[in-house]
Amino acid sequence: MEVNDIDLSVNLCGVTLQNPVIPASGCFGFGYEMNQFYPVDILGSISLKGTTLSPRFGNPLPRVAECNSGLINSVGLQNPGIDAVIAKELPRLREIFHQPIIANISGFSIDEYLECCSKITKQPQVEFIELNVSCPNVHGGGMSFGTDPEVLGQLVKEVKKVCTLPLIVKLTPNVTDIVKMAKSCVDNGADGLCLINTLLGMRIDIKTRKPVIANVMGGFSGPAIFPVALRMVYQVRQAFPNLPIIGCGGVSSASDVVEMIMAGANAVEIGSANLRNPYACEEIVYELPSLLRKLNVTSIKELVS
Amino acid sequence: MRDIRKTFIIEENKQLSSRTWFIRLKGDVSELTSPGQFVNIAIPGKYLRRPISVSRYFTREKGLHLLYNIAGEGTEILSKLKPGFELDILVGLGNGFSLPEGVLKPILLGGGIGAAPLLQLGYDLMANGIKPQVVIGYNTAKDSFGIEKDLRDMGIVTYVATVDGTAGTKGFVTDVIEEKALKYDYFYACGPMPMLKALSQLPTEGELSLECRMGCGFGACMCCSLETVKGAKRICKEGPVFKKSELIWK
Repeated sequence: MEVNDIDLSVNLCGVTLQNPVIPASGCFGFGYEMNQFYPVDILGSISLKGTTLSPRFGNPLPRVAECNSGLINSVGLQNPGIDAVIAKELPRLREIFHQPIIANISGFSIDEYLECCSKITKQPQVEFIELNVSCPNVHGGGMSFGTDPEVLGQLVKEVKKVCTLPLIVKLTPNVTDIVKMAKSCVDNGADGLCLINTLLGMRIDIKTRKPVIANVMGGFSGPAIFPVALRMVYQVRQAFPNLPIIGCGGVSSASDVVEMIMAGANAVEIGSANLRNPYACEEIVYELPSLLRKLNVTSIKELVS
Repeated sequence: MRDIRKTFIIEENKQLSSRTWFIRLKGDVSELTSPGQFVNIAIPGKYLRRPISVSRYFTREKGLHLLYNIAGEGTEILSKLKPGFELDILVGLGNGFSLPEGVLKPILLGGGIGAAPLLQLGYDLMANGIKPQVVIGYNTAKDSFGIEKDLRDMGIVTYVATVDGTAGTKGFVTDVIEEKALKYDYFYACGPMPMLKALSQLPTEGELSLECRMGCGFGACMCCSLETVKGAKRICKEGPVFKKSELIWK
């Protein structure tokens, strides 16, 4: 069995991806700038920077803090707004990227989510909407939609009315029972889930006695959260054997991708690893075939439990 | 495609003053194209890289010189690494200083460790036949890490200011400009934020190099965004050097 005989393609909500490797939202911009480092067209998909209806500058600096095996960020959904994303960012990405695109949409009210989703749903090459109900860095939006199953279910139900694309809800791990949140999404028509967004965290500078992050708290990510993400993917997979799931959280290597798929993910998003190593996703795509061969697997789909 | 991730070997890593260290590295610096750019160093045991501005680079000889202060755990670890140790470094990040048409007599203003990139800038200006003048500001004489001597060795007139008056002119770099009645048609500045804010009041156009905590260093994460007159810019990607007229001070 040769390395190039290994089939890396996966199915996500009925759409075929050439491989399961997807840079996570917020760690890859709108994709095209990363093409200076390697041809991003080798990736399975790209999840775009979280987009809101209006342009947002985001939170004050510092927005980032070092942690053991990870980092905290509090960017605060900086983005140029949905109209600019459609007019400027997406066309630039489409010039160099010919795979299905995931649009990550966030909002501060149900109406905002609906307006964004109905605008993006008609854009060429955008094949999935990833509903961000899990951003810990904004008030009155983001995570507040993802921590109450009733509110979450209502949002998913409304978005499904305007969204003609597969709707993937990206959940926050900052809840007591992830399966309950997953069920609320599924019951209201979500086509898939992405698990997980960042964990709410904090650091203090002991010299200044002040929080490192200007916004005090932020989202904790990186290899440190991988076991939490893996556990949540596993729990949701146990509850929903046929639900499309993107595993996300601390994935940094080809073996992490395989492990995530074994836990139940159909595809895998890679976030923080891109920030430490701009070539992280490229390296993983090229390492996967030889790793699968070592595991005596000819198709990555065999690993999905 | 740009291959910016390189392996460098430490050739020398020594303490220059109470706070400042000098590290000399060998590796491929071909991605560096202008003074004021920075590199992002993976520190053993730390997750985020540490961005450090380039003090000097030598493309043909594959040399990279950095000056750094011990600011926290990351730079503390860096200071303990010995010659022969290999470092994983992203090279050639950000946009450095430019040389606009018609500039004849620029002044270079550096504050503390922030002055590090003025060495390459001074060298490049001299190589272009432009003789700059330099003012370096320290809090106190013992903070000096000798950059004024390196600049003078290049034949550049260099003044020093110290806040407590223990060396050079007592006060800030602006006090030297006043005291010596220095004339200039453009300025280049790098140093701490309060200093840069004060220098943004200088009468001529100029370029200021900003610093902040960064996530990636190459524009992917938006952790170092800055509101400018031209909208949101990333200090790591569109910066770290900005024109005075682009910046908004609050």
